[in-house]
Formats: sequence, structure tokens, C-alpha cells
Amino acid sequence: MAILSKKDTNLILDPLADNNPITIQVLGICSALAITAELQASVVMAISVIFVMGVGNVVISLLRNVIPSKIRIIVQLVVVATLVIMVDQVLKAFAYELSKTLGAFIGLIITNCIIMGRFEAFALGNGPWRSFLDGIGNALGYGVILIMVGFFRELLGSGTLFGMPVLGDPIAKTGLYAIGYENNGFMIIPPAALIVVGIIIWVQRSRNKALIEEA
Amino acid sequence: MKDKLHQIKLKYQGKKMAPAFNAIHTFLYTPNETTHSGGHVRAVDDLKRTMNTVILALVPCLLFGIFNAGYQHYSAVNGFPADFSVLEHFITWDNFWLGAITVLPLVIVSYGVGLAVEFVFAVIKGHEVEEGYLVTGMLVPLIVPIDTPLWMLAVAVIFGVVIGKEVFGGTGMNILNPALTIRAFLFFAYPTWMSGDKVWVHEGVERAGTADAISGETILGYLAQGNTSEFSYSLSDMFFGFIPGSVGETSTFLILLGGLFLIFTKIASWRIMVSAVAGSLAMGLIFNGIVDAGWIPEYSKFYGLMQFDFWKHLIVGGLAFGIVYMATDPVTGSQTNKGKWIYGFLIGFLSVMIRVFNPGYPEGVFLAILLMNVFAPTIDHYVVRGNVKGRMKRMKNATILPKPSDGKAEELKVETV
Repeated sequence: MAILSKKDTNLILDPLADNNPITIQVLGICSALAITAELQASVVMAISVIFVMGVGNVVISLLRNVIPSKIRIIVQLVVVATLVIMVDQVLKAFAYELSKTLGAFIGLIITNCIIMGRFEAFALGNGPWRSFLDGIGNALGYGVILIMVGFFRELLGSGTLFGMPVLGDPIAKTGLYAIGYENNGFMIIPPAALIVVGIIIWVQRSRNKALIEEA
Repeated sequence: MKDKLHQIKLKYQGKKMAPAFNAIHTFLYTPNETTHSGGHVRAVDDLKRTMNTVILALVPCLLFGIFNAGYQHYSAVNGFPADFSVLEHFITWDNFWLGAITVLPLVIVSYGVGLAVEFVFAVIKGHEVEEGYLVTGMLVPLIVPIDTPLWMLAVAVIFGVVIGKEVFGGTGMNILNPALTIRAFLFFAYPTWMSGDKVWVHEGVERAGTADAISGETILGYLAQGNTSEFSYSLSDMFFGFIPGSVGETSTFLILLGGLFLIFTKIASWRIMVSAVAGSLAMGLIFNGIVDAGWIPEYSKFYGLMQFDFWKHLIVGGLAFGIVYMATDPVTGSQTNKGKWIYGFLIGFLSVMIRVFNPGYPEGVFLAILLMNVFAPTIDHYVVRGNVKGRMKRMKNATILPKPSDGKAEELKVETV
């Protein structure tokens, strides 16, 4: 690793597994439940959050010495809101159908706890380059879980991936449907995401003994 | 036989498969282990006997369900017999045979898959196999429609046992009733197989859209569509259970007998049963009152179910079955006596309310019980707190005899909690 020092590498890799924002810190759950019924929406949401967090962390980090601490939350909100509106406008311009599916949830990135959490906990106390890495790392950790949940929910709930049928045609009864398989309607509704996230947390904790809490 | 088993048990002791063997062993025989220290109360009703008693109370429902499966199928195909006699038209070999080949696979899959999950978890976690699934495995085939595809049942059982029970720590630790978790999963995952007018009669779904199409709508489904005219089922049909419905929940008469048996053996709580019946009657009376007062027009989509006589709610659908066998689950229900009254009453009350107000689910009893399962600990908490408060008040007002030490109040508080 010539480009990144070991410490910097950890900034990106830690949130992917051992300090994952969703499964360990349990932040950003609302959007993980709401938009993961389809893989495509999950991917777009993940990319949007990576952009907002990477850029937002850098901006806050650059401003960290001039923001009066009493109004820092408001300043942070202004920064996130600006970035989120940019994402929203880009989506509306170039992927209108998709932006309709995502609906209010792009706008609600503003309220995603992960973003404010990293601004407060990291960007206000670190330089721009490290803040950038931290932002990208945490957003990636969020995105990975989102995409995993989206994958299982779309596969089991609709029998498709990115809208393409992978298990056969449910109406013409081909592929798996020919032998009586049916889509699981439970996977479409938001509570299923809670259970899928729960199972991911369960698997992660049983594989990593360091995460097991004292009873 | 018994000694041989004990010997095999010794051979397996300390091995990984030991829990799996012990489970089979103690199912039939009293274990040969004795406690080594202290005084213990010896009683015959351990957890396995409790479970077996409930299963015994369920067997009549299962047998009835088998005959009814055949009866409903042949009646839907050939038309209902004009002068119905139980011996001639109901208890026949044809009915039994058809019922057996459709119902028994459900029972086998339910037990096979559920116990397999239990055994796997016992071996992984290294504890004894828990008895909790014995009753669940019997309840599940009785509360699903007759033609539920077996793989769906298997998926639902795995989900229900793992998510409903094992993640919380196994039998005795679960928040939700596992059998109802399984049914709720089936209901939301595969709604086309769990509701409508086709699923309640064997082959109803397969024949849909052909010239031989048959259907058997449940009474609740019929009413939920706003129908008020008389249906072809008489009152005694409803009470004795010669109506379409899930496999084992149609016969209120046998459920009543099972309930009395459970109360007599002190397995199930009579408080929950009585208060749940009272709750459903109360809600039914309120709806009847609204109809009588003319507050609701006849074209309202709720009218059909609202004008349904309040006491008839008890003899159609799964309400009676839910009250007797599911609401009384000692793990997921309320523990305190006062709590049981509240818990049961709300189950009956909410069941009828969901029936009437939710056109999507003509039967609401499983949702009502699951909801109250979640609230049961809260109810208990407030009952206990109320009791503590009452006793503290009594202590305050009591004339305190000589030398009240300061720590006394604290001590009493600890005792009452």
C-alpha cells in the first residue's frame, strides 16, 4: 500500500466490517428498510450516499476551524442539504423513473444519522484527506449492507435482479416456477428488511467473537 | 427396552450427538438421572407431559379435520347432501382416505422440518433438545388451508422456529407464539394460498378456471364481501364444524371439549379463555348496537360483518381455536392473574374488530393474538407495579409497631417486587 498508510487504509476498511454503520452502530436503518425492495434502488441510494458523505466530510473538515461551535449543526445541515439537492436534481434530470421510485428518500438522506454522525465525530476534528477517506469508508459500509439486503429482497420477493427475471417467468410458468415455486410476498414489505438486516447482524456477530457482548 | 436405552445413553454421553439422543429417550421414559443435592419437589407433569396433554386435546380436532377435508371436497364436487347424517355422509372411508392423504403430509412436514431445526440448534448450542416444538408442530397443520404447498409450509416452519423462537434463546424465551408466527409468515408471503374462496377445499386452486371449478368460501369471507343474505350453513353446521375453513379449526364443539380438558388438567388458563370470549362478545355487541341504531347504511362494506349476530363470531372462523389453544400459551401470554384478564379480553375484542374493519383479512384472530403477545410483558409490568403501589400505600397507612428501622421500607419493596 503505497498510496495509503496503514492508518488510512483502516479508515476505509473498518466501516466495511467490524465497525459497520448499519450492523454495528445501527444507524441509517430507516432508509435501509424503505428502499431495499429493489436492487437498483439500493445501488443508486448507495452511490448517492457515497457522494454526499465523501464531499460533505471534506467540506466540513475544511470549514472546521471557522464554524462557531454553537451553530455547527445548522452549518452541517446546510452543507448536507446542498449536496442532497444536487443529487436529487441530477437524478431527476438523468434518471426520472428511478427518482420517482426513490421518492422522498433521496431528500431524506439529509436525516440519515450516519452523515451527521461522521461530521460530528470525525470531520470536525480531522484534516480533509482523512475525512474524505472516512466518509467514503462509512458510506461504502452502508452501501454494502444496502446492496446485500436489496439483493435478497429482490431475488426472493420478485424473482428478479435489477429488474431482469432470473428465476424464470411467473406468468408463463418457466424455470423455477414450473415446479411450483412462488415469489415470497413477505420480502416486498419493509419488515422483511428488518429481518434480513437482523440475520446479517447475527451471522456477523457469530463469526466475530470480538463483537459478542457480555450478557 | 428401558435398560437398553439407558445403556446407549451412557455410550453417547459427552459426544456431540448426545442431546439428540436424549430428546428421543426422555420423550417416552422418565430419565434415570436423579438429582444429587438439596430437596426437590417431585411431580409427574414435566414440560414434556404438559406438551403431550395439549397434543391429546388437539387430536380430536385433527381427526375431525381429516374427515371434514374429505367431506368438503366431495360436497363441493357432488353437491351437499340434502338430508345430512353424520354417519352416512361424514364418517366415511372416502372422506377419511382423502383427508388422510392431504392432511397427514402437512403434519409430517411440520414435525419433520420443525424438529430438524430444533435438533440442529441443540447440537450447535450443545444443550438438550427443547420440547417447545411438540405443540407447535401439531398446531401448524391445523391452522393452514388444506392445500398449502408442502415446500411453503417447510419454509414457513424454518422461518417461524428460527426467527420466532431460536433467536430469542429457544423454548420459554420467545416473545411471539411460534405457530402464529408461521401462519403470519405464510399469510404475508403467499397470500394467494392463504385467503380467498378457493383454498379451503381440496383441489380448489387446481381446478380454478376449468369446467370443474369448485369453491368453498368461509362464512367470514362471504360476509366480508357485504353479503347479508342467509348462507347454506345451519347453526349446527357452524357449531359442529361442517363448514369450510383451515384444517382443524372448524369444529367449535370439539374445541370446547379440548378447552374443558385443558382447564380440567390445569394446563391452560381459564381466565384467558373466559375473558377472551367476553371480549369478543363485547365487541360483537357494540357492532350489533351500531347496526340496530341505524348509524351505518346497508351499502357500507362493513355492514355484512357488523350485522352478524355477536355470539356467532365465536362459532365461525378460527376465533375459538385461537382462544383455546393459542392465546393460552403460557410463555407468550400474561403471567399475572389480573394481567390474564386484560390480555384475554383484548384478544377477543381486537379479533372481532379486525374481522369487521379489515376487508383484506376476513380473519383477524392470529393478528390479534400476536399483537397482544407483544403487549403481554407491558401488561404484566403495570399489574405488578400496581400491586407494589397498593402494598406501599397499605404500609404507609398501617400503624407501625415499635422500632421501625429505616431500611424496612426498602426491604418491603424488594419483597413485593
